[in-house]
Amino acid sequence: MTTVQAGREERPAGTGQDAGQAGTVPDDAPRPSEGQAPSVQDLRRGRHRDIWAMVGRRLLFIVPVTAAVSAGLFAAAKYSPFDPLVGYLGTRYMTTSDADKAIISEQLGFDRPWYSTYWGWVQDLFGGDLGLSRSFNQPVAQVIGERLPWTLLLAGTALALAVVVALVLGIAAGVRSGGILDRGVTALCVVVQGLPPFVMSLAAIAVFALALGWLPAAGLTDGGADPTVGGVLRHLVLPVVVLAISQVPWLLLAVRESVVTSKGEDFVAGAVSRGIPTPTITRRHIVPTSLAPFVNIVGVRLPELVVGAVLVEEVFSWPGVAGAIVTSARDLDMALLAFLTIGTTVVVMVGSLLADVVVALMDPRVSTDG
Amino acid sequence: MIALTGVLVLTACTTPGGSVDGASAAGADGTDGIVLADGYELGGYNPVAGFGAAGEAKMYDGLVRLTGGEGMPGFEPALAAELPTANEDATVWTVKIRPDVTFSDGSTFGAEDVVATYEAILDPASASEARSSFDMIEEVVQTGDDTVEFHLAYPYAPLLTKMLIGVVPSESVATPGLAAESTLNTAPIGTGPYTLVDLSPDRAVLEANEDYWDGAPEVKKLTLLYVPDDNTRAQRMASGEIDGTNLPPLLANTFEGKDGMTVTAHTSADWRGLSLPTDNPVAGDPAVRMALNLAANRQSMIDNVLGGHGRVAATPIPEVYGDAYEPGAIFTYDPARAEQILTDAGWIEGPDGIRVKDGQRAQIALMYNSVDTVRRDLAQAFASDALAVGVEVNLEALSWDRIDPRINTDSTLLGGGDEPFDPDTQAYGALSSVFVQPDVGSIYDNPSDYQDATVDAALEVGRRSLDQAERDAAYREVQDAYIDDPGYVYLVFLDHTYVSKDAGWTMSGPVLEPHAHGVTWGPWWSLQSWTRD
Repeated sequence: MTTVQAGREERPAGTGQDAGQAGTVPDDAPRPSEGQAPSVQDLRRGRHRDIWAMVGRRLLFIVPVTAAVSAGLFAAAKYSPFDPLVGYLGTRYMTTSDADKAIISEQLGFDRPWYSTYWGWVQDLFGGDLGLSRSFNQPVAQVIGERLPWTLLLAGTALALAVVVALVLGIAAGVRSGGILDRGVTALCVVVQGLPPFVMSLAAIAVFALALGWLPAAGLTDGGADPTVGGVLRHLVLPVVVLAISQVPWLLLAVRESVVTSKGEDFVAGAVSRGIPTPTITRRHIVPTSLAPFVNIVGVRLPELVVGAVLVEEVFSWPGVAGAIVTSARDLDMALLAFLTIGTTVVVMVGSLLADVVVALMDPRVSTDG
Repeated sequence: MIALTGVLVLTACTTPGGSVDGASAAGADGTDGIVLADGYELGGYNPVAGFGAAGEAKMYDGLVRLTGGEGMPGFEPALAAELPTANEDATVWTVKIRPDVTFSDGSTFGAEDVVATYEAILDPASASEARSSFDMIEEVVQTGDDTVEFHLAYPYAPLLTKMLIGVVPSESVATPGLAAESTLNTAPIGTGPYTLVDLSPDRAVLEANEDYWDGAPEVKKLTLLYVPDDNTRAQRMASGEIDGTNLPPLLANTFEGKDGMTVTAHTSADWRGLSLPTDNPVAGDPAVRMALNLAANRQSMIDNVLGGHGRVAATPIPEVYGDAYEPGAIFTYDPARAEQILTDAGWIEGPDGIRVKDGQRAQIALMYNSVDTVRRDLAQAFASDALAVGVEVNLEALSWDRIDPRINTDSTLLGGGDEPFDPDTQAYGALSSVFVQPDVGSIYDNPSDYQDATVDAALEVGRRSLDQAERDAAYREVQDAYIDDPGYVYLVFLDHTYVSKDAGWTMSGPVLEPHAHGVTWGPWWSLQSWTRD
């Protein structure tokens, strides 16, 4: 009871506008819907139609975006200061004669204009051929097929863990904002945010694998044994925990922010004045309205997770696809780089769309951007 | 002891893959398998694309192979039946082929495979990374059932160094195409002591070739793990999970004195040094060139940058070259003399401590590849040594393609020793003036545009002569002449450092290592010949 009022005092201007000011909630922030007066059924049916329309619009939108992104990628690679020959020849870059460099460039098509390379790639793509990765000397489909599942396992588990931790701690901190837990958690988040994931990874290995001996140091299995479910799970613990911890701060702070915001809204004040107990208000009113912007943030900030995965996979010698992003970019391995870039683009767009759909279903006040 | 070993083997067999104890036993402790962690990406096992050009590939054999031991390695026949012989002027080399050798796919090895392998490397359609290294070979022809001839474009005495590369079946290169796209990269077919049985992004498993023509290896299984992070390799080594790995010198030193672990440092001809381009008004001045060579405190670089694992360099020829090495060809660290030489040549100290001559300030730009921390540290150490004698060295971290256009005007921190098994492959590209002409060789060949008539003449003698004593004398002359007229500052030769778990194997001893190194080198370069009672 008192806590809710304390929260209200903190934010005297506590209305829906607060969400925008907090800076953590993007475009689709809760907005009061325009008032009409049809029946509840009509409203619901219209609402679903709107959501489907949004899904359709956004899916259509993906096509020009991926086309622009991929074309831009090939053009940028061509005009970037990096020479794909450096990646291709590796240490032999220095010893290869200029004449041979010219031959190799010609054979590999490095001297072709970007739109010609791009057009070739597009044609192959529609022919079902993802091309060959020069960095890995393997078909792109094979590179992805062998690595993506491990990344999905690592990143998926870590994200789930991070979301659970962020929700529990974030709600607890937000409900009692200004309390000891809130201040402790917020301070910890700031510290963790400043800690690079590879430092955390090496420290985790030093403590839990070497000093305490509880968990294996790195890799998928011990000493290159064949993977087993139990073995992989044991090896999964440290990288997942480190990746999850590195993702918790921004998630947690977002949850806390929206809980604090919801707490100041009129419907909470109404519930308080009706004498509803604080736990019920938290559970029934504050948490559901706070979740919507949170889901949105998870969708929009997926790239953050990819960056974290790159570092964690490298340190833990996790055979995932994240490292391939770095390798392909460094070597200008266009077939692989293009696939990974477009893949990431599509994932982020679909992720953000799914988040918007969930938010729209959860919160009837949210507009469906039409 | 035997009982203990037995228990460990049993543990290894009965523990499901997840246990730490089981895994460490699966390594060198009890079984005949070895697990190594490498910092290099797995796969890319195609000799046509340059894989294993020094004969280190475990799945392939070259026509000849290296003999190990201290000093300069020699050559012994592998897929050749006897050591190849040359005609008088070393332009035609005849190779007799070893009979009764089979590839891992069951097909028989023959002369046509040798011809096909070299033709594929030289075929422009392959876009082979190794092509330039074989540019002396005009053609390889089969002259009998079991003989091939190498016809060269020019006399070339050290051709055996070009016969170390693995031979692939002619069927695998029958269709011309990019070597990078060949299936050999992931499914190698060779005659070597091991065959690849499994390849995934983090692991390559090789098994002993029981039909190997030189006897089946006793180490039956080799597992290579891809562990890109240096610190993680060290930590996995410390946890006892793997049997060996390569580590940078300072990290390797942390294993010194640990029970059951051995730190080994292998000599290489892998040099680091900097170019001093002739066209540069400062770096091209003979007095500056000599002074910088005397001002560089090479031993301090070895102690501080390389953790003690290195040797001082004065020329590209290291001491390990034996009779081809000139012991007198050294630069003693003497900053006082360096200052004297500069002053005598008219480089007078200005108000800010930097020398000036005829209005030209004694400052040079030193470029280095931004991803290489050893080069960065050496460049920094050199810059502070140069500053001490009044020469300002400005460091620039760049990628190779940014260094390219400035290579002949500004100094670059370079590395060499890619093909260290002959003084010619080691020194010719760096010192011969044929590369001063534009469009000859690579722009990184002789980047200083160094020209010395005595050095040139002796390099040609060494390249053409088939008389070992005459060659050795020629290379000593190269060093003698270079010392009086340096065109680079050669700083150090790196020693490559490895950590391995003791397991009671009798090994063949070290071998001189090239620039590229990983766990295919180190104590494991001759894994196939290891024995254990």
